Amino acid sequence: MSNKGMIQWRNVLLLGLTLLLSGCDMVMLNPKGMVAAAQKSLLLDAVGLMLLVVIPVILLSVFVVWAFRSGNINAKYAPEWAHSTLLETIWWTIPCIIVGILAVMTWFTSHSLDPHRPLKDTGKPITVQVIALNWQWLFIYPEQKIASVNFLQMPVDVPVRFLITADAPMNSFQIPQLGGQIYAMPGMGTELNLIANTLGDYRGMSANFSGDGFAGMNFIARASSQEDFDKWVASVKKTSKPLTIQAYKTLAKPTEEGPVQSYSAVADGLFDKVMMKYMQPGMEDLGEKDTSQTKDTVKDTTAATANEER
Amino acid sequence: MLEKFIFGNLTLDAIPFHVPIIMGAGAFMALAVLAVLGTITYLGKWKYLWTEWLTTIDHKKIGIMYIILAFVMLLRGFSDAVMMRAQQAIAVGHSYGYLPPEHYDQIFTAHGVIMIFFMAMPLMFGLLNLAVPLQIGARDVAFPYLNSLSLWLTVVGAVLVNLSLVIGKFAATGWLAYPPLSGLAYSPDVGVDYYIWALQISGIGSLLSGINFTTTILKMRCPGMTLMKMPVFTWTALCAMVLVILAFPVLTVTLGMLFLDRFFDMHFFTASYGGNAMMYVNLIWAWGHPEVYILILPAFGIFSEVVATFSKKPLFGYPSMVWATIAITFLSFIVWLHHFFTMGAGANVNAFFGIATMIIAVPTGVKIFNWLFTMYRGKITFSVPMLWTTGFISTFAIGGMTGVLMSVPAVDFQVHNSVFLVAHFHNVIIGGVVFGYFAGVTYWFPKIFGFKLNETLGKCAFWCWIIGFYLAFIPLYALGLMGMTRRLYHYSAETGWHPFLIVAAIGTCFVALGVAFQIAQVLVSIKNRKAYRDVTGDPWDGRTLEWSIPSPAPFYNFAFTPEVSTRDAFWDMKEKRAQEGPVTQTPIYQDIHMPKNTGTGFIIAMFSGVFGFGMIWHSPLMISVGLLGMAVTWIARSFNFHTDYYVKAAEVARVETQA
Repeated sequence: MSNKGMIQWRNVLLLGLTLLLSGCDMVMLNPKGMVAAAQKSLLLDAVGLMLLVVIPVILLSVFVVWAFRSGNINAKYAPEWAHSTLLETIWWTIPCIIVGILAVMTWFTSHSLDPHRPLKDTGKPITVQVIALNWQWLFIYPEQKIASVNFLQMPVDVPVRFLITADAPMNSFQIPQLGGQIYAMPGMGTELNLIANTLGDYRGMSANFSGDGFAGMNFIARASSQEDFDKWVASVKKTSKPLTIQAYKTLAKPTEEGPVQSYSAVADGLFDKVMMKYMQPGMEDLGEKDTSQTKDTVKDTTAATANEER
Repeated sequence: MLEKFIFGNLTLDAIPFHVPIIMGAGAFMALAVLAVLGTITYLGKWKYLWTEWLTTIDHKKIGIMYIILAFVMLLRGFSDAVMMRAQQAIAVGHSYGYLPPEHYDQIFTAHGVIMIFFMAMPLMFGLLNLAVPLQIGARDVAFPYLNSLSLWLTVVGAVLVNLSLVIGKFAATGWLAYPPLSGLAYSPDVGVDYYIWALQISGIGSLLSGINFTTTILKMRCPGMTLMKMPVFTWTALCAMVLVILAFPVLTVTLGMLFLDRFFDMHFFTASYGGNAMMYVNLIWAWGHPEVYILILPAFGIFSEVVATFSKKPLFGYPSMVWATIAITFLSFIVWLHHFFTMGAGANVNAFFGIATMIIAVPTGVKIFNWLFTMYRGKITFSVPMLWTTGFISTFAIGGMTGVLMSVPAVDFQVHNSVFLVAHFHNVIIGGVVFGYFAGVTYWFPKIFGFKLNETLGKCAFWCWIIGFYLAFIPLYALGLMGMTRRLYHYSAETGWHPFLIVAAIGTCFVALGVAFQIAQVLVSIKNRKAYRDVTGDPWDGRTLEWSIPSPAPFYNFAFTPEVSTRDAFWDMKEKRAQEGPVTQTPIYQDIHMPKNTGTGFIIAMFSGVFGFGMIWHSPLMISVGLLGMAVTWIARSFNFHTDYYVKAAEVARVETQA
């Protein structure tokens, strides 16, 4: 009785899930870049490999329980049977083989998909410095000498080298449709290499809880043509104000669900200074004394006016 | 000045009068406590409570109190879960739900802390207390007074967590309180201090229990019970306790350093002045990963006992099972890094820890096959413990698979910290640990209380739990793949997560129904305890020594120390009795050497609570009273030379003939 009930419930559940799944967007199974695509196929391969054991186990658990219920008088009963070298050898061996295969896959993919590793055969990367703030994302483009807040744009089919740190508690930088995450930590630099192979806007977020404003720490990652990217850079340079140290200090104040902003220039070595702030005594003020604070703050607040990006 | 000396930073402002949810919950808790105290006074049971329970060192009574604590805290932790599911089911798009983030963050932190430290751990120690001495033919644990101290330290930890609800606040950092978020700069209030001291005090209790049970199992087995003849539950308990001894000091030191950072402004874990938050993450998981095996191994032991008993067969492949358990014990210490592949370690390091993790799937898989083949060619009866076990096998297979999946670093980069991970660990903790402990409580209940639990209500509870579990957590797997991060109090509508979270909330309702059935089961069983009485002492046709004595077990456990020669010792005795006929000669009882009750453990723990509360609020008076009280009680105890007594043979004879 009870087992029949269990099977029926499973079926209802599976049907319900299939209906639900048909209407949703599994971003991790819908990759838009080669890193995410490789991670997706690895995920599916690993699941498939393990299902070779898991499905028989589940079937067996239902079958054995049903077949040897005490009410079934036809079932064989062997009250002393508790050992079989052959059988036990089999089930020590099978998981060993599967884990062995998986281990080989793990070894190679851990290296080929190592976040620090530059992407192969994709051309020259652009660099983006990422600073997780409380609770916003600052993206600095050192080659283009601009910066953008809560919005990331990159040319399609060009690899991006993200250098990541935080001026906040630990966060994690992730754009699921482009690939996996890496932690953003104060006083610590991490690196992530990704690429977008399809045009579009992708959801980016922090994946590590960092306090009250964490839920709103999202951004759009836009993969555009090289031409549109260049246009965007040019327009930012024309329309925005520079990100001075003082402007940065204002920006870094706790902000929940902050607006998209952009900066036409960036103070020299800002990213390194933010890292050194936590490593070198005396660098807490980013090397710039707050003597003319009142005057500068007023100026820089106006500098950081919201761009019409969103 | 005097005020500061007595109360430290504590003022009336610490009580959040303006937050109706918290005040409601606080009033409810206060009413419940008052009701219990009132009932005790009304019935005139204070003396009984003190002599029979608060000062008891009987492992069975201590076990019962651990389990009561666990179920009370299960209700608290589950209420937190219901609040989170309700919040996520409505806080989409323009709606921000009913909980502000600072409250929601405390709730998920409290949920994790309570469920692991004050639900699962006490339930585990409760079951160990009930069953281990009985399974090895011992009259108590090795250090009975220490055992009582462990219990009361755990209770004090739980009380501190609950106090934080009304006086001040709890940590809002996630259950492992990673710095820098848990440091002074980002968490200046008392929340993290409550976290630190609740866990320090109960953690000492856990460590002492670990030492106690390891000694008990190694030194107090009855004659003839070699290691390879121990019941499997005792084996898994031994391995778990070895893990406790090795892992809990790491937790104590880690939280100690976090305390130094916060109290004395040191820099172990703040990036400035050479500190490193990554070291905290490393250390906390060096405890945290063994911790999950501390919880699951005894559950594996319970499944092994239940499967053999209800299939009427010896456990299949006993040596394999023991070696698999030992292998897991060893491996559990070399995999902790898989909790933070994403912290930037190199490919070699990540690959090593990923592969070490998936190797654990081998001994675990072996266990599953051994359970299946214990049932194969058995005669299976579907009592409630067996239902939990069958539900466990398929559920755990899924949870194990997703676990191995996440041990592949490149896959983990995607699903780490997503609700896929949340689904995975609830899959193995509910489907493994919780189902196992519920099976264990139902299985050993008659041995301790002398009557069985109601079967029908137990089955209803099982079906609600398993349906509720799948409804609540399968959607979370899907949501994880849709990019949903854990610990979100609000999300935007475009994500498309909303329908899944509604299904998950419905699942929680089913689990709530299951909990209601469990409460009803206990109440109905107590009401009908005469009808459900277990007169044989062996209600399930058991195989191990605990079933050889009357139910409820007499306070000295065994009138005669048993001697065993086989693994399923009691099964063997029963077979011999069937062949040779029952023993006819009247037994000659002897005096039994027993430890005396003592209130020392309770008193020390109460002072530790005063000390902890003083540390949280920086009150010099409370800190000194607590420290002094603990030290004086401890020294006084060491001058007490009358800690044991003899139960007279006549008394033993009286108890035995009554049973």
